[in-house]
Amino acid sequence: MNMHATILRTPAEAALIEAFAERCSDLPGNESVVIRRDEAMEVLKQGLPTRRVESWHYTDMRRLLSSVPTYDAHGHAEVLAPVLDGSVVLPMLVGAASGAAPALEGVTFRPVRDKLADGSLAQALVPQGDDDAIGALNAAFVRDGWFVDIADGVMVERPIELQNVQGGGQAHVRLPVRVGNGVKATIVERQTGAGAGFVTSVANLVVGDDSDVLYVIVQEQPETATHLGQFNAWIGKNAKLTLFVMNAGGKLVRQEVRVVAKGEGSDFQLRGVNLLAGDTHTDLTMVLDHTVPHTGSRELVRNVVTGKARGVFQGRINVHQIAQKTDAKMACNTLLLSDDAEFSTKPELEIFADDVACGHGATVTEIDRNHLFYLMARGIDEKTARGLLVEAFVASVIEELEDETIVEALEARLHQWFAEHG
Amino acid sequence: MLEIKNLHARIADTGVEIIRGLNLTVKAGEVAAIMGPNGSGKSTLSYILAGREDYEVTEGDVLYNGESVLEMDPAERAAAGIFLAFQYPLEIPGVATMEFLKVALNAQRKARGEEPLKVPELLKRVKEAAGSLDIEMGMLKRPLNVGFSGGEKKRAEILQMKLLQPKLCVLDETDSGLDIDALKIVAEGVNALRSPDRAMVVITHYQRLLEYIVPDTVHVLYRGQVVRSGDKTLASELEANGYAAIVEEAA
Repeated sequence: MNMHATILRTPAEAALIEAFAERCSDLPGNESVVIRRDEAMEVLKQGLPTRRVESWHYTDMRRLLSSVPTYDAHGHAEVLAPVLDGSVVLPMLVGAASGAAPALEGVTFRPVRDKLADGSLAQALVPQGDDDAIGALNAAFVRDGWFVDIADGVMVERPIELQNVQGGGQAHVRLPVRVGNGVKATIVERQTGAGAGFVTSVANLVVGDDSDVLYVIVQEQPETATHLGQFNAWIGKNAKLTLFVMNAGGKLVRQEVRVVAKGEGSDFQLRGVNLLAGDTHTDLTMVLDHTVPHTGSRELVRNVVTGKARGVFQGRINVHQIAQKTDAKMACNTLLLSDDAEFSTKPELEIFADDVACGHGATVTEIDRNHLFYLMARGIDEKTARGLLVEAFVASVIEELEDETIVEALEARLHQWFAEHG
Repeated sequence: MLEIKNLHARIADTGVEIIRGLNLTVKAGEVAAIMGPNGSGKSTLSYILAGREDYEVTEGDVLYNGESVLEMDPAERAAAGIFLAFQYPLEIPGVATMEFLKVALNAQRKARGEEPLKVPELLKRVKEAAGSLDIEMGMLKRPLNVGFSGGEKKRAEILQMKLLQPKLCVLDETDSGLDIDALKIVAEGVNALRSPDRAMVVITHYQRLLEYIVPDTVHVLYRGQVVRSGDKTLASELEANGYAAIVEEAA
């Protein structure tokens, strides 16, 4: 958090402090957790980050977060059908893990409230630096979530869906996921709900050596909700992590992605799709550290922005001095569909090794006229043809995922968004 | 069916005139071959017929069934029954071929006031057409033309033509990039569509294609004009003697 003195608190800041005072005694946690919560709250009392904090420059939380709903959810939430057919669903309704832990071979599930109560999660509640507002907010308020532990060598047969459904109030969840060595798994983090909720969600994923994990974040909050997400991952030796992020909702959204390639031969792939409409603000911010030699990463983010929506992509790749032979490429492409739409891109490479291949590119494009002519020459009217091409612009990112059923499921959601906003 | 009268057209961006007083009439049931050396305006003619914006008609007219098409956009022309098989079909990542076929077919049906095709009926038609062109259904699950070989792209164009059942087919260098087996398959596909109520304009540089798609008339295009017309023997003559003699005559 920024340490500048804030004497006058905004209504949102005041509401957060008040909510903490009211609720802190009811939140789960042993003594060490309580200490972490208090520490996090002290950070928050310094004020929400403003544009003067570098990592929040394009998303001035103090200005953008106009209000915070009361902690108690009057809302109602129900378990939804999963994004991928046949998934094991772990519901979180109005901020609380719901139902008994399901049975899945080689995988252990536990509600996070238990791990707060026994203090085993206390260390993970420490914010990552002064500007980690999402980490601090979540540490102060976290109530529940699901802990997922996948044993070594398990090919997880079914996708796992961590389903967070807010009901218009506050919902603060944590998703610690430990993936053993030699595991293959698909995990979906679903962020959705009804009403003007205030959600923080922090996922911490540890990927063991030689594992292959696909982690899919589908954020479809209503256009009245505030969603603050953070995804942290540490990738082991010769392991592969593919992270797919789809932002298709929310009034004020920030999804942080913090990844450390810590094992030699590890590979990180980020595919991002931001579908932005209405009067909304969405920020996807990634910090990736290549800390050992022979690691690779590729990031591809595509954005479609319409209405008065504003979008941000910040991508920072740090290549540490010993991380020779790093191969990192980052690209961010945007289609702006209205005069009032805005998108800010800030790619950064910080390279301390001397034998690496790193690059980045950012474009703002228009629809290809040749493509448009080809479709129209088959009788497709201009409006429909444009729609197809805009959808195709982002669908091609989804198609890079190898699994056909996953591609189809995500394209169906894409299609739905375009049906509602096209 | 198609009447081109004293057509003059230029590239919109640069103002360079490509078509310079072109006259051509193609009747229903007729297969007309357009031949000519590189740069004579063959591909430009095909684009103008399809309605590409990059070209500007400065004089003359293009009549289709007696009515000018110059004010119609490409989609309206396609719905009216004009089809262009592209020399270089475009790759469009993100648009699944099957979805594209469905949207195109139903867009044309809608423009003609017909009900959209239901998926099972569509699949049946696509399967039939694909089978006769030796196209595997797996190919149609891929994004439109993406990763298709040259031959696959050309076959996919003919597949679209078969499904859309246009009245005026314009084939731009359909033989380019095809080996002899693929050429035969494509030619069979085209020949199957010959009918008394359909006209075809087959644009080609070489006579080879015309051995498989035998034309009723042959027209030589040079510097944006038809400089010579004849029957199919004209194509053989060109093959034997090259364009030089005709070009000299025209000059």
